[in-house]
Amino acid sequence: MEFAELIKTPRVDNVVLHRPFYPAVEGTLCLTGHHLILSSRQDNTEELWLLHSNIDAIDKRFVGSLGTIIIKCKDFRIIQLDIPGMEECLNIASSIEVFLCLFSRIQVLQALSTLDSITLMYPFFYRPMFEVIEDGWHSFLPEQEFELYSSATSEWRLSYVNKEFAVCPSYPPIVTVPKSIDDEALRKVATFRHGGRFPVLSYYHKKNGMVIMRSGQPLTGTNGRRCKEDEKLINATLRAGKRGYIIDTRSLNVAQQTRAKGGGFEQEAHYPQWRRIHKSIERYHILQESLIKLVEACNDQTHNMDRWLSKLEASNWLTHIKEILTTACLAAQCIDREGASILIHGTEGTDSTLQVTSLAQIILEPRSRTIRGFEALIEREWLQAGHPFQQRCAQSAYCNTKQKWEAPVFLLFLDCVWQILRQFPCSFEFNENFLIMLFEHAYASQFGTFLGNNESERCKLKLQQKTMSLWSWVNQPSELSKFTNPLFEANNLVIWPSVAPQSLPLWEGIFLRWNRSSKYLDEAYEEMVNIIEYNKELQAKVNILRRQLAELETEDGMQESP
Amino acid sequence: MEHIRTPKILHSQISTIEKQATTATGCPLLIRCKNFQIIQLIIPQERDCHDVYISLIRLARPVKYEELYCFSFNPMLDKEEREQGWVLIDLSEEYTRMGLPNHYWQLSDVNRDYRVCDSYPTELYVPKSATAHIIVGSSKFRSRRRFPVLSYYYKDNHASICRSSQPLSGFSARCLEDEQMLQAIRKANPGSDFVYVVDTRPKLNAMANRAAGKGYENEDNYSNIKFQFIGIENIHVMRNSLQKMLEVCELKSPSMSDFLWGLENSGWLRHIKAIMDAGIFIAKAVSEEGASVLVHCSDGWDRTAQVCSVASLLLDPHYRTLKGFMVLIEKDWISFGHKFNHRYGNLDGDPKEISPVIDQFIECVWQLMEQFPCAFEFNERFLIHIQHHIYSCQFGNFLCNSQKERRELKIQERTYSLWAHLWKNRADYLNPLFRADHSQTQGTLHLPTTPCNFMYKFWSGMYNRFEKGMQPRQSVTDYLMAVKEETQQLEEELEALEERLEKIQKVQLNCTKVKSKQSEPSKHSGFSTSDNSIANTPQDYSGNMKSFPSRSPSQGDEDSALILTQDNLKSSDPDLSANSDQESGVEDLSCRSPSGGEHAPSEDSGKDRDSDEAVFLTA
Repeated sequence: MEFAELIKTPRVDNVVLHRPFYPAVEGTLCLTGHHLILSSRQDNTEELWLLHSNIDAIDKRFVGSLGTIIIKCKDFRIIQLDIPGMEECLNIASSIEVFLCLFSRIQVLQALSTLDSITLMYPFFYRPMFEVIEDGWHSFLPEQEFELYSSATSEWRLSYVNKEFAVCPSYPPIVTVPKSIDDEALRKVATFRHGGRFPVLSYYHKKNGMVIMRSGQPLTGTNGRRCKEDEKLINATLRAGKRGYIIDTRSLNVAQQTRAKGGGFEQEAHYPQWRRIHKSIERYHILQESLIKLVEACNDQTHNMDRWLSKLEASNWLTHIKEILTTACLAAQCIDREGASILIHGTEGTDSTLQVTSLAQIILEPRSRTIRGFEALIEREWLQAGHPFQQRCAQSAYCNTKQKWEAPVFLLFLDCVWQILRQFPCSFEFNENFLIMLFEHAYASQFGTFLGNNESERCKLKLQQKTMSLWSWVNQPSELSKFTNPLFEANNLVIWPSVAPQSLPLWEGIFLRWNRSSKYLDEAYEEMVNIIEYNKELQAKVNILRRQLAELETEDGMQESP
Repeated sequence: MEHIRTPKILHSQISTIEKQATTATGCPLLIRCKNFQIIQLIIPQERDCHDVYISLIRLARPVKYEELYCFSFNPMLDKEEREQGWVLIDLSEEYTRMGLPNHYWQLSDVNRDYRVCDSYPTELYVPKSATAHIIVGSSKFRSRRRFPVLSYYYKDNHASICRSSQPLSGFSARCLEDEQMLQAIRKANPGSDFVYVVDTRPKLNAMANRAAGKGYENEDNYSNIKFQFIGIENIHVMRNSLQKMLEVCELKSPSMSDFLWGLENSGWLRHIKAIMDAGIFIAKAVSEEGASVLVHCSDGWDRTAQVCSVASLLLDPHYRTLKGFMVLIEKDWISFGHKFNHRYGNLDGDPKEISPVIDQFIECVWQLMEQFPCAFEFNERFLIHIQHHIYSCQFGNFLCNSQKERRELKIQERTYSLWAHLWKNRADYLNPLFRADHSQTQGTLHLPTTPCNFMYKFWSGMYNRFEKGMQPRQSVTDYLMAVKEETQQLEEELEALEERLEKIQKVQLNCTKVKSKQSEPSKHSGFSTSDNSIANTPQDYSGNMKSFPSRSPSQGDEDSALILTQDNLKSSDPDLSANSDQESGVEDLSCRSPSGGEHAPSEDSGKDRDSDEAVFLTA
């Protein structure tokens, strides 16, 4: 399939670009296979360089022969292009629309198979302009991650049972399971868990040896099916005489309803050592609608103060944030304060489950608050764990056709991390920009990291060979400096965020990013960096002088002693 | 540090006392404070509870000024120090700073001995062309004789902000002298051929006033004025709004919807926005249009004070400094007769007079600080402490309703000044991001012209300030202040080292042997951001999972008190009871309260670090 066929008008002159915070600029619009580019005539610099896959929706309208295209991006930005000439405008718009279908609704496109169409995306064509120092595809290998706690415990082992993705298509080839459970048992358990997602280790709390496990729902159905191996597996994680908690991220009601479809939850009679807690974290279209409403409210400049708060409330976004954070805190509390291990699942175990397991780790484990540690967390708990990024992030807040599988699950997670970061501004090695960058790349990227829905798909796509890893780019010193929090001081404690509504504000950095100038806040950030940099500089100078002085004085002493 | 756990509340801080239904443990007494602290006392015997209740009610409502704390408060300063404290903020100096008197404005002695207006100060600036006859005539045509006088003079273009009360225009009355007075104000600004008259009330309220013989300026009678209504609601609406918002803050584990709905229904942020809008309008008129503005509301001591001071703060960077902000409050609030006693209920009085007028102004400043983080020399703590002391009656500054009353009471001879106290402790109140040569500290603060509703946020640092668990657990301000302090030490050390090095090198050149002291080990030890173990405890994350803690599997475990209810949190958190210490007179409001809890020192903190300096507690 040739992109050239899709582009009827590759170039239009005298196009006027309107975008947030910049004066309108006139230039030449170019449409390529992957980008929309506008360069102003003055000095031939690119004013706009937009990935097609970043476009969420477009509107067009005409006044006389002047056409206007309004482009709504997945990062919530809205830009406007005034294009002289009706035909040119229509051609550009229709090309963008085709790309939109191609890149955003890959699953519904009949002409191409899902995987084939992914290979048309930009990451497969992107050639990096930087030297790769460390290949991000190999930065966070499961074996290395396992080593981090294998020194502390011998109760766990790596299993290769899913090597061919045969046992669980959404799991990675390597998973961590209790040592006492053999692969044969794992295969049996997989048949009892939704999507074959048998319980695996998510986090090991070194302080007291308690663990977080995650899985899919048990397939008990209406007749209360049970699975001895499943019971044995999760009991194998308990210390003698200890009890554990199962956190079901669905309300009891919802969990009960799934029994009719073959799903269900752990019956207390069969899991006597476990206490089940139901929370209710929303999923799917409810979240997507919440995002759509929130972004709509943020973009609405006309309403008065009161309506702003109502709309914020009506979006329910912050309610979701509170619910997710509360559940994560509860999980962390069970581990750290109760000294109890936990198993977390919802239905599939690929969405709310991962939000909770990863946030609990942010709370519990200092390493996950460092840049490398956080990258490892995303690699482990989101990518390897099979969060279907391709489906969930296909469209963003402006999409018109709502698909059941689209949901801002990952964005909610990032928002929750931001909330904790706001409450503990000195405990994270990364800053807000790091989270914003991850949000952007999850939805549209030149890197292959967030392509595909699970490891199995990524293997088939040969992403490691054919695309660049986001981490290869991020972990260059020049990039890292943009994402490093100058206030960071390693904090080895568990951090307990407040989940009171008063403590959970709107994440302005992402939702009001294009609606309010951040000039003064950026200046403040810069000032903060300067204060700290200057301090470090002085520190270095003082240390050098001290050393010099010490050397001179020992010389002195030596001259004196003979 | 155990004694800190005993809550101490100044009687003047008590807002309401409520006896609640008796429970098995005793009689609960709920005390709500004006600084937004809420305390529940459980008294075993109902009889005792009633006695406490009655005496607290009496103590919280003193009838004579002499009963107030400031008359017995003694910070162990001698007479001279006290007197110096009172001259720290000098308004005549402030008018000089503005460039007055000058060709257009002069100091008038018309209000000597408060002859014309008893709620105005004696020192007033009026246009040079306004004769005593005009002033007196105008004063007779204004509510409570509060005639138009200067509040702020904008040196750059001669435009000014003047203030007054409403004219007694009724449906048709006019007053030549008052019209001449406005002419005089216009003429004092040769750059503009008109004057804005801003009535900060909603139009409907102003019209209703006409029936009582009051009202607003008729554009037909006054030449060259542009009349403008800016609908800020009256003190009663504001009082109810705060009440509603505080009810939301008090909710026990509210849902997000409860909170956002409650906040919205309180209308509080809408009122804040209205005040800001008025201030922005005036600042723009003065700085961009070069036009003078006369501001009034009804009596010209509430909304007028809010709006004039917000506009001045936007216009003049001096008011964004520590001292300048004190001057601003001294000028627009204290000297111009804002009725502190009535509004903040220092003495027992009409509850309908109470209203959070200056609280709203203080919040406006905070909202601006959030948007311009480098523009203010002071930090949030400064605002919170000022708010606290407006109600505490520990210092004499905010006593009474007017300058006249304060002079009669000889406040300056009998009490201490808050400004001196704040100035002495100014290190606690500095904003580390402030730099006198930073672009944000220059000139007018420019707010976006498009109305941004999301700009105004709930201030949990004020209204939930005693719920430490809700506040960010690490303070960027304190962290940066510690860094800056260390930087200063490093600068000094660097200088000393350079000197010593130079000396040794010289000496060595001369082949003389000098013994030198071993150099000090590095002071740098990182700024421990250790979390206050008390503040940073898990909260009630389990919601309605009531069965969860009781069936806790780890019985006997020390940590098994898994769920801290809000109530438990309230009584067990010593920070909640941090308050002014009456015996020593030492303020213990600081967020940097001396640590009682253990903080985990950072790894390399062994040596000679001064832990009190480097550690900041993030409670």
